[in-house]
Amino acid sequence: MATKLPPTDAVVVGLGWAGAIIANQLVDAGLKVVGVERGPWRDTAKDFNIASVTDELRYAQRQELMLRTAQNTITMRNTPSQTALPMRQWGSFHPGNGTGGAGNHWAGITFRFQPEEFRLRSHLEERYGADSIPDELSLQDWGTDWDEMEPFYDAFEKVAGTSGRAGQLTSGQQDGGNPFEGARSSDYPTPPLRQTYAPTLFADTAREMGYTPFPVPSSLVSETYTNPLGVTMGPCTFCGFCTNYGCANYSKASAITTVLPALIRKENFEARTHCEVLEVTTDSGGRRATGIVYVDSAGRRWEQPAEIVIVAAFTFENVRLMLTSNIGEAYDPATRRGTTGRNYAYQTANNVQLFFDDKNFNPFIGGGAVGMGIDDFNNDNFDHAGLGFFGGGSTRVTPIGAAPINARPTPPGTPRWGSNWKRATVDNYASTMSIGCEASNYSSPNNYLSLDPTYRDRLGRPLLRITFDFTENDLRMAQYVTEKTAEIARRMNPRQIVANPRTGPWDGRPYQSSHVVGGFVMGADPGTSSVNKYLQVWGVPNLFVVGASAFPQNPGYNPTGTVGALAFKAADAIVNRYLRNPGEMIA
Amino acid sequence: MKTLTGFALALLPLSAWAASTEFQDIERGRYISVLGDCAACHTVDDDQPLAGGVPLETPFGTLIAPNITPDAATGLGRWNFEDFKAAMTEGVGRGGYHLYPAMPYPSYTLMEERDIRDLWAYLQTVTPVENDVDANQLPFPFSVRQVMLGWNLLNFDGRRFEPDPEQSDEINRGAYLVESLGHCGTCHTPRNFMGGEGGDKFSGASIEGWYAPNITPNRHVGIGNWSEEELVEYLQTGGNRYAFASGPMADEVHHSSQHWTEDDLYAVARYLLSGAGVDAADWDREPPEPLAEDNAQVRAGSHIYFDRCSGCHTPNGGGEPGIFPQLASNALLNSANTDSLIRVVLAGSRPVATDAKPTAPAMPAFAWNLSDDDVANVLTFVRNSWGNAAPAVSASEVADMRETLESE
Repeated sequence: MATKLPPTDAVVVGLGWAGAIIANQLVDAGLKVVGVERGPWRDTAKDFNIASVTDELRYAQRQELMLRTAQNTITMRNTPSQTALPMRQWGSFHPGNGTGGAGNHWAGITFRFQPEEFRLRSHLEERYGADSIPDELSLQDWGTDWDEMEPFYDAFEKVAGTSGRAGQLTSGQQDGGNPFEGARSSDYPTPPLRQTYAPTLFADTAREMGYTPFPVPSSLVSETYTNPLGVTMGPCTFCGFCTNYGCANYSKASAITTVLPALIRKENFEARTHCEVLEVTTDSGGRRATGIVYVDSAGRRWEQPAEIVIVAAFTFENVRLMLTSNIGEAYDPATRRGTTGRNYAYQTANNVQLFFDDKNFNPFIGGGAVGMGIDDFNNDNFDHAGLGFFGGGSTRVTPIGAAPINARPTPPGTPRWGSNWKRATVDNYASTMSIGCEASNYSSPNNYLSLDPTYRDRLGRPLLRITFDFTENDLRMAQYVTEKTAEIARRMNPRQIVANPRTGPWDGRPYQSSHVVGGFVMGADPGTSSVNKYLQVWGVPNLFVVGASAFPQNPGYNPTGTVGALAFKAADAIVNRYLRNPGEMIA
Repeated sequence: MKTLTGFALALLPLSAWAASTEFQDIERGRYISVLGDCAACHTVDDDQPLAGGVPLETPFGTLIAPNITPDAATGLGRWNFEDFKAAMTEGVGRGGYHLYPAMPYPSYTLMEERDIRDLWAYLQTVTPVENDVDANQLPFPFSVRQVMLGWNLLNFDGRRFEPDPEQSDEINRGAYLVESLGHCGTCHTPRNFMGGEGGDKFSGASIEGWYAPNITPNRHVGIGNWSEEELVEYLQTGGNRYAFASGPMADEVHHSSQHWTEDDLYAVARYLLSGAGVDAADWDREPPEPLAEDNAQVRAGSHIYFDRCSGCHTPNGGGEPGIFPQLASNALLNSANTDSLIRVVLAGSRPVATDAKPTAPAMPAFAWNLSDDDVANVLTFVRNSWGNAAPAVSASEVADMRETLESE
């Protein structure tokens, strides 16, 4: 039995980006907020000391910052007819754990989704015809639009100190930025990072070919920055221990470097770490969330009643909590009814490797979001008529730092071990670069999340089951955008190129992307979405579920900027709309 | 008439010791307690303010700050104002026992009567906490409180604060705050062999394994390079471009100076930077020449600096304002005493976090991967680069601090 605690105004599940932002906004509005986090309290000074953080074995190989699969994992299969098996070591993606969440070990790439994305289905039907979207895709509008999203993107970037160069301001187009972005109300808070050789070479070539390269928007700040919460970040030093690592230099934005140092000082806020939430409790009719039940590190169970419940964990846990708490109707691919678990989507990661003889890229210099990119082949920035697919990818060179265990690029045909392999790694280490194409992944009726019927976690709860494979649409798209990327690569005149378009079936072993989205999506229609445009659960007005779980599909961009914007959007809706009429759906 | 006289007579002795219950007096007293930083020693748990229990390591042994809540059995509940005033100004507790000067009565004796009275009024309003503190943990013979009689004779003059008519009201206010309530000299003035303030005033001193730096207007080893704004910023927010408050000073900012009024902080800054309280002959000295670039320690240290330090402190020692202190022209690096410098390189340091500066960026610990020679060399390099000049640091100094830290 759970011990019942005194009630609070709001409880927030998860203290990563979304949870920390919402908690801070609600506390500033005068609410008493309890944040509950399944992992440890993380802190730059204590956990990410520069003298010990540069440890590839500990962080990249042994995945210290990631959720322990013994605590909680997922099961996976490609199709509904298969039996799913549990993932016992993270491969395809890297769920985080502890305060800051996956925002501690992210790369820092901070795109805004384009205006068309928020009404993707309508946009494609308008441009290519009402019947143009194939049945294998369940694309949807988000129920919101650019004008509603823009102020919250702006708020997130100002908290994160995001560096970059505007391509489109409301006042007009700017040189040097991304011409395809939506009009921004203000420029980036900090100027673009400096570039290393590989991105510079790529950008020069892309420009010669008529494309429009721009600095990748990056929440690794380029100069000392103090955000509106009073928290200060230091400039990125290109140390090369970035993606998969916590930042020792206070340069990579995360909840722990930008929000929590200020939030934890506020009297109305309390963080409970090492506390794993078991369920969202509801009243007998299921019309009102009454709080949460969680288990602490000693195995004791606690019930925390709250007037408002905000679930802001990682995509997987958001959806699993909704399934185990019987919120909404579980999605059934046979009937295509139900919304909880619907429209799970991923990212289609492609790349082209370039082996040179005469270049030295100093690849150990880098950061997760240092780089140059083009968007000429992303999303609907090019004409898809007659191509047989929709979507596209963000094409870019982002040298994240070539650490000694993992960064051993060798051309095809090189032995996998022995003296010839060693020689090849020496020959190619400094003279190899890669162009990535982080491409869209469009949702499909057969890709969904559900509770696994067989496997359970240590607390006896069913694991979350992923049923996912790349669609024909996405595989054709991958071939197309990778060929376009390879054209640029050939123009750069390396000795050899190796193009790696994503091919099916989805393989859970090699790392591809942690951008898992959907499963509890936002929209205007309760028949096809779980939350409204304020991230408020249809039919449970005092429950808000926030994160990439709300994306109806995934464009060719990294999700974090949009997760941050949605967190500000939900917080704004709670403070300025919901609290005026609590207990009701926001009109 | 008779009745009235009797009434008046009855009131008189009462008014002599009863604490004010007026809000403005109590609130003023609360601010006096902040200025005096009573909490630094008397508060262990923020939920039980002033209930005592903070151990103070002195060269003579350990003292534990007593409970000063109005609890009758274990606090000051049986004290009256005269008892309290005697403790503050004469170092004598209720019943006549002698306090040890870890309680800075040699500074508080300068307090104005009204401030003592209001502070007393405030202390009556603090929640009484039953917490029996055995304050005196000193070894014999220091445990015998009578020894303080002789100490007071030699080290304590019991004078009250006298404003200097030559100086502005603001400087005099600063003097009062620094000399009396702020008791800055308790840490920043060297002590003589008896633990009394001796040596050059404000010229810096060791305290609890840290170095409380020189706060004279000397530009090379003191705070003469700091602007008034920078000194106020440091006291108010816990950091400025040269330093973040760490060690005992972090507690001071946390409990005390971040809550001071801006007027009081500026008064302190003007007083300290004017040099009004110190004898120019004691601090106005020419800086030494830096060690040559080809000095073996400087050269070895420069390599370590560029590998291990320059990522944050930048290659030219400029630092990053608000997050990584500048090392160039930083007087804190030039002091003869290297306790704090060696300590923060070996053990790292987490400075104070304030609402104004919540980041509290940490200096990482290098004890596990820099040898005594490495630490000595890198400190010798930064102490002799970019406008700094100071004697070389020896590996044996580092070894001593390493031993101290391991025993902590």
